[in-house]
Order: sequence, then C-alpha cells, then structure tokens
Amino acid sequence: MLERMEITVDDLRHLVSERALTGETMLLNMGPQHPSTHGVLRLLLELDGEVIVNCVPDIGFLHTGIEKNMEAKNYIQAAVMTDRMDYLNTVGNNLAYALAVEKLLGIDDIPERAQIIRVILAELQRIASHLVWLGTHALDLAAMSVFLYCFREREMILGIFELVAGQRMMTTYIRPGGLWRDVPAEFEAAVRQFIDYFPARIDQYEALLTENPLFLQRVKGIGVLKAEDAIAHGATGPVLRGSGVKYDIRKARPYSGYETYDFDIPVRPEGDVYARYLVRMEEMRQSLKIIRQALDRLPRTQGQPVRTPNRKFVPPPKHEIAHSMEALIHHFKYWTEGFHAPKGAVYAAVESPRGELGFYIEGNGGPKPQRVHARTPSFANLQLLPMMAKGHMVADLVAIIGSIDIVLGDVDR
Amino acid sequence: MDAYLTDVVVPTMRERFGVEPTVFRDEVSVMVPPERLTEAAQVLRDELGFDALLDITGVDYWPEGQPRFHVVYQFYSYTHNVALRVRVPVEEDAAQVPSLVPLYPSANWYEREVWDMFGIAFEGHPDLRRILMPYDWVGHPLRKDYPLGYEEPQFSFNFDDIERRKPRPRA
Repeated sequence: MLERMEITVDDLRHLVSERALTGETMLLNMGPQHPSTHGVLRLLLELDGEVIVNCVPDIGFLHTGIEKNMEAKNYIQAAVMTDRMDYLNTVGNNLAYALAVEKLLGIDDIPERAQIIRVILAELQRIASHLVWLGTHALDLAAMSVFLYCFREREMILGIFELVAGQRMMTTYIRPGGLWRDVPAEFEAAVRQFIDYFPARIDQYEALLTENPLFLQRVKGIGVLKAEDAIAHGATGPVLRGSGVKYDIRKARPYSGYETYDFDIPVRPEGDVYARYLVRMEEMRQSLKIIRQALDRLPRTQGQPVRTPNRKFVPPPKHEIAHSMEALIHHFKYWTEGFHAPKGAVYAAVESPRGELGFYIEGNGGPKPQRVHARTPSFANLQLLPMMAKGHMVADLVAIIGSIDIVLGDVDR
Repeated sequence: MDAYLTDVVVPTMRERFGVEPTVFRDEVSVMVPPERLTEAAQVLRDELGFDALLDITGVDYWPEGQPRFHVVYQFYSYTHNVALRVRVPVEEDAAQVPSLVPLYPSANWYEREVWDMFGIAFEGHPDLRRILMPYDWVGHPLRKDYPLGYEEPQFSFNFDDIERRKPRPRA
C-alpha cells in the first residue's frame, strides 16, 4: 500500500511572492463558496492592499471522474454522461461526443434533417448559455434586472428542449448516428416564435448595459489579454475572439453543415472584459441568423429519417421489430452489448459557447472505449485567469471571472 | 486531407525524426520518443507554424500494452488551419517526459492533469502538483488498474471506515 502523501509549506512556497512570507502582503482565500466565482472555484489571492499580486486557482471541487466512468460503459451509455459536463451546453456536449464517435466509426451519412436539427439546437443552446453568462456577469457587476430578463428568455429555450426531448437540460437528444427521434410538429412554430421575439430582447439588454457608464467603468481596460498570449495559453472561443483573433471552428473546421450557413464571426481587438462582452452579444445575433436559415430548410426535409441508415450503429424503428428478424437482432445487439468501434484514435471538436470543445476517443476494437478525454474550453481558458488578474483590484477579478465564462462542471469534469 | 500537412509537415517529420506518420480518419499522428519530444515541439512551433497546443492527455494500455502509457499531444496551427497529433510512448517505471511549458504555456495545466490522473511526471514543469484530485490523494485514478469506486459522504462517525475502504491501486 502506498504511503499517504504529505504536502509541506515548502512545496507551495513558489506560488506566492517573498513578500507574502514576511507578512507584507496578505493571503486571502476566495471561494469555493463565493457567489461570483460561478460555481466551486477556489482562488488563493495574494493582496497588496486591494491589488492582486498573485492569484492561484484551485480547481477540482466538481471532479466527478466522468472520463473514468465512460471507459467502463459502452459508447451509447457514455453519451448520457456528456450532458453532465458542461451543464449550460448540454446539447453541444452531445453533439461533440456524437461527432467524435461517428468519426471513429466512419459514419458519414447523417441525414440532412438530423444535421439541420442539430444546428438549430446547438445554436439555441449557445444563446441559452450566453444568457446565463450575461445574467450572472451583470449580476456580479450589480445590474440586477438583466439577470431576471435573461433567465426569463432562457426559459423559452428550455421549453423548446422539453418539447423535443422531454427534458429541459440533460436531453441526450443528439446521439451517435443521428438524433433520438424526430422533432414534434410544434417545434418549428415554437422556434419561430422565439427568434421573432428575441432580437428586441437583445436590444433591451444592450440598452441597459452597452453604454451604461457604471458598467463601462467596471469592464473597460480590465483584464487585458493580448492575442499572442491567448493563443500560447490555449484560449479559444469568445476569449480568443475578444483578443482580436478571428477564429471560429464553425468556419475553420466546419461540422454538421455549418459551411452552408451565412454568418459572421464577431471579433474585437481590445482584449478586455468589454471586448468579450461585445463579442458574445453579437454572437447571439449571429446564432439567430443561423437558426433562421436552418428553420427555412427544415420543412422540405419533413418526413425524412433522422438517423443513419446503417443499422449496426443505431436502433431500428420500433415497428420493424415485430416483423423483421434482422431488426430484432440489431435491436438486441444495440441495447445489450452495443456496437464495436475499430482500433484507432480520433479527435473531433465543436465551437461550444465557451470555445473549443473536443472529444478525444480511442477505440480498442470492443464495445467500450479505451479512453475518452474531453478537451474542455473552460479548463484551458481558466488557465489565463492569473495572468489577466495580476495588478487589478479584487472587484475587477469578479468582472474578469465573469468574462471568461467558466462552467465548473466543464473545468473539472 | 490538407495539402500543407501532406506536403510539408509529414515529410519534415519523416526526415528530421525518422518517424512514419499514421493516418486514421484523415487525422495524422506521429510517434515521437520522449527524449526527442522537446526537439520535435521546437520544430513544430518555430518551423512548421503550429502555434497552439490544444490538448494533452494520456492513455493507459495496462495490462498487455508495451510500453504501458502514451501521452497524446494535439498541436494546432492557426496560420495553416491544420492539426497534428504527437504520441509519446512512456514506460511505467521511468514515467518521465520533458515538460513543454517553456515552449507552450498552455501545457501547464494539461501536464498537471496527466500527472494527477496517470502519474506520469513531467521533467522541468514549474508547478507539478495535483490539479483535480485532493492534494493528499493516493493513486492515479485514470490508470486502468485503479478500481472504479464510489465515495461515501464523510462524517466524523464514519471517517475511519471510509479511510479503510478507500479505493487504492493494487500495489
């Protein structure tokens, strides 16, 4: 049996400056129960007065061993766990996992209808995620009403998810090989109602914040991140685009047919909290644009399948099971053992609301993966926090954490 | 597959490091021994334009795999929009790989995660501590010989009990 590991003060001394050891600066513990750390993030702060000298993030409070768990389940069962990682981007997580598994299996005949529905849901999820970000970010900066408005609109999106999947958050609706089932008839009207209603709401949020002097004082010039630092430290998503790098996976490495939609990538060169705010606000408008185009394509695919025709990887339609021996065998094999994936490793990434969400999946020829690893955007982006926070006040740190838009379920997995 | 990858990156890697790239589902990976990793990363960053290291993870091939671990690096080039995977085989006893933090600062937390989960140490890492598990945790959970266990909420009355039953790697 291994000995218990002890950590001495000497092992941690390099995290703070010499001045902390003489008592000249103060060490302060922020979190993990602090409301503005957006979850269970603990920060060890070294403060000179109110100015941050050092900031040491301590994560892992929400570590649930999802990657280990996935190795013990077959590919179908493991899909359910992806929802629980980034709980504000559940559909996007399903999509990334499904794309990775499909790549590993070599499935490239996902029907058009499934692709369109995937895009609509992923973009609705992006808006929902940005609404939570905007609401909590504004709340941190003492704008209470924005929070209430954002959650009111988010309810509409969660209502749409409930309509299609029977679940508001943990939908597991996008699955390897296609979708769980087709969308109900009311889907299109519900989404149309939302996209007609929502543009005026974005204007309303912007009227409250974008030129509000109280807000501007808290966000302009705070937490500046240079483009080369952002790239070197692995930042992706709005954090990267807020630093002036025009990069979006939906354009650079398109998936699910994003190359056929017309939309822009918002970029701001300033690299501060305000730039990231503007990028995300514009992203919501662009998402609406994508949803509108996708909805226009939806009616002409009415009645088409939403799963790959390859029955080795998706369950057969229920009505076939009573008549076809083949379908019954497929049904039985699929729900008991699951499908076998070939030996080999793939990496598939999507643009999640927070950045590059990638799944690295290694198959070993059997029904269970050798290794599933999620490259989560929050984990990489959070690495930049100490760099951005140095030299700012504690109150600014709250603004910077909000602007990175971390989800601790995404950081710790 | 991207022309830059097939015409520039793959021949360079083949020439300089004598490695034969493998292609699976249009993704290129090369196997680099640990002692040449720093050199390879230097070439990738400075000569081939791979400006980002997006991910590092480990894979455990216990019990029959030889060598036991692979450390997997995902390099990405924003300039050329291509990705390259580098795999580094690591023996269990000499689980030691050079750290890429001096070249790619993003490696910092990823290497800490691999150390935490697999017990693969990175030589020259500035701050190699556990990152996800508690600092006094014993064992490395993502190793295949580490049991998939459950954790009970810990109170003062069952502290000793839990301590005794904690999942531990088979020594």
